[in-house]
Amino acid sequence: MQTEEMILPETKVTELPAACSREEEYELVYQRPSTMVDTTMHYCPGCAHSLVHKLIMEVVQEMDIQEQTIGIAPVGCSVFAYDYMDIDMQEAAHGRAAAVATAVKRLMPQHYVFTYQGDGDLAAIGIAETIHAVNRGENILIVFMNNAVYGMTSGQMAPTTLTGMKTTTSPDGRQNEIYGAPMKIAELMAQLPGAYFVTRQAVNNAGAVRHTKKALLNAFKYQQQHKGTCFVEILANCPSNWKMTPLETSHFIDDEMMHAFPLGDIKVPKGDLKIF
Amino acid sequence: METKLMKGNEALAEAAIQAGCDAYFGYPITPQSEVLEYLAREMPKHNRVCLQAESEVASINMVYGAAGAGFRVMTTSSSPGFSLMQEGVSYIAGAELPCLLVNVNRAGPGLGTIQPGQGDYFQAVKGGGHGDYKLIVLAPSSVQEMADFVFLGFDLAEKYRNPVLLLSDGAIGQMMEKVTFGHHEVHISEKPWATVGKPATRQRNYITSLHIRPEEMEKHNLRLEEKYQSIRENEVRYEETNTEDADYIFVAYGLSARICKKAMDLCRAQGLKVGLFRPITLFPFPYDALNKLADKVTMMMTMELNAGQMVEDVKLAVNGKIPVDFYGRMGGMIPTPEEIVHHFENVIHPTYAN
Ligand SMILES: Cc1ncc(C[n+]2csc(CCOP(=O)(O)OP(=O)(O)O)c2C)c(N)n1
Ligand code: SF4
Ligand SMILES: [Mg+2]
Repeated sequence: MQTEEMILPETKVTELPAACSREEEYELVYQRPSTMVDTTMHYCPGCAHSLVHKLIMEVVQEMDIQEQTIGIAPVGCSVFAYDYMDIDMQEAAHGRAAAVATAVKRLMPQHYVFTYQGDGDLAAIGIAETIHAVNRGENILIVFMNNAVYGMTSGQMAPTTLTGMKTTTSPDGRQNEIYGAPMKIAELMAQLPGAYFVTRQAVNNAGAVRHTKKALLNAFKYQQQHKGTCFVEILANCPSNWKMTPLETSHFIDDEMMHAFPLGDIKVPKGDLKIF
Repeated sequence: METKLMKGNEALAEAAIQAGCDAYFGYPITPQSEVLEYLAREMPKHNRVCLQAESEVASINMVYGAAGAGFRVMTTSSSPGFSLMQEGVSYIAGAELPCLLVNVNRAGPGLGTIQPGQGDYFQAVKGGGHGDYKLIVLAPSSVQEMADFVFLGFDLAEKYRNPVLLLSDGAIGQMMEKVTFGHHEVHISEKPWATVGKPATRQRNYITSLHIRPEEMEKHNLRLEEKYQSIRENEVRYEETNTEDADYIFVAYGLSARICKKAMDLCRAQGLKVGLFRPITLFPFPYDALNKLADKVTMMMTMELNAGQMVEDVKLAVNGKIPVDFYGRMGGMIPTPEEIVHHFENVIHPTYAN
């Protein structure tokens, strides 16, 4: 989705050809998690949002916590997350997901509550709510999708846009003298005493996807311990606004983005917890 | 029944506890910080949630979250803080979440002053935030009503799945009066739409104000308008004093109504037949009742602590049948009853008062 105004045509799911409908002839090696809604997504081809939605829903399915999980969607391309995740969800105002999640979790402390937010949503307009929620150590998971641009509004500069990166509002490339350096949000969050687990991961290759899945699974498990906020930053892509093919975005993440935003655990629970 | 001497703000806070308010989110601002202070002390004793937010932006969005999960929730603020909440208020109205909002109005614009004002009338009843929506707006004029309208407000909010605003002012919030508790019934309604976790037996619930297809957005708008119409038809509240034989009517709400009541008595003592009309619901506004009164009297005078806001609705109600005069003070200045009488006498009889 490139603009807020764009209206998407209804898409029909094509029937499987007759030859494939005889299930017994195939070995089932992979399927959509039961916690995902069976529908067509509005995301651009190759966009990381759809993949990360699936990873979160796999965790919810594997932990069997569909009935106890509440998700908070942001304003950004993932504003429609509630159309895809088959759980109860709330769509928050731009940047306010952490405040919404705070209230939901405080009132239902035994539930699993997570926010899913882009970098414009979390790192720009919503930075105050995010810092305060993490500082309070709200027992929530914040999934932070860093794709270095405002995807939904068609590719303007975000606080995470790389130095020199061209966007529609930094046509000559981001200049640090004017806008400061790209914000390392995960590192910032790790400074706050309320943060329990902070990591930065990616999803641009199979290995990275496995690591991200594990980080998300751990983050959900940590939530049972009521020890503080889990913050999972994910380096994501935006093929449409980066004006790259999905494969090119993968190389860009490896070659450029990971230099500005190094991968790895930034804050891990100390000592005796052996959830990994 | 229990009678206590309390500040308006404290009576409101105590009423919230008695009305089964599960959660309160707020940010300090004069003249309403007593609410946050009272609830910070009392809510934990009842195992309820009270959280001082980092800003009014955060508190209104916490209200959204709590209301979306089906809990009784309230926030309070005063003018600058309530302005900051407006985006969230619009989202709450769009998503049809029941909750109780309180604005203890101080005089503005800008940082203004901490003294009482009624300059937020337009914001309260004509929109405030973006888009077509309405709040149910209740205007208390005593400490007792600060308490009573909390019960009423929560009930109306749940009945219509709509935010309710208690529009008070710095004087009603700060003054101490007798207030009686114990006569209120609490009805908490079922909320099958709330996000409490999706069991296998139902479809997922989601809270949103987004309808990206214009056809669906307009359908949603029309449904909201239908709801507002039914509120207009069923929830108008007002109080009339001495209107049966009146030649003139003072129209005022909240603190202004109390001052006008005194001014009315002074006029009556001089043989001027003045009555008082006090709107209690500012939305829905009592247009019909005022229109009928306009057939019986020769003029109306609206008194407000602003430059003239509700007077526009009074004029709409009267629809040109009789003259409508306005008297107002601003900046936190509060007129005396004598001052109002003086102005009124000048209007009806320019040579009468010299
Ligand atoms: C208060 C407010 N300001 C601006 C917008 C417009 N807006 C919608 S989405 C968006 C940015 C989203 O970018 P990001 O959070 O990075 O999410 P992405 O689409 O990249 O996943 C903006 C500025 C809005 N909806 N509300
Ligand atoms: S590729 Fe970019 S514009 Fe397209 S859905 Fe993903 S984030 Fe949005
Ligand atoms: Mg983004």
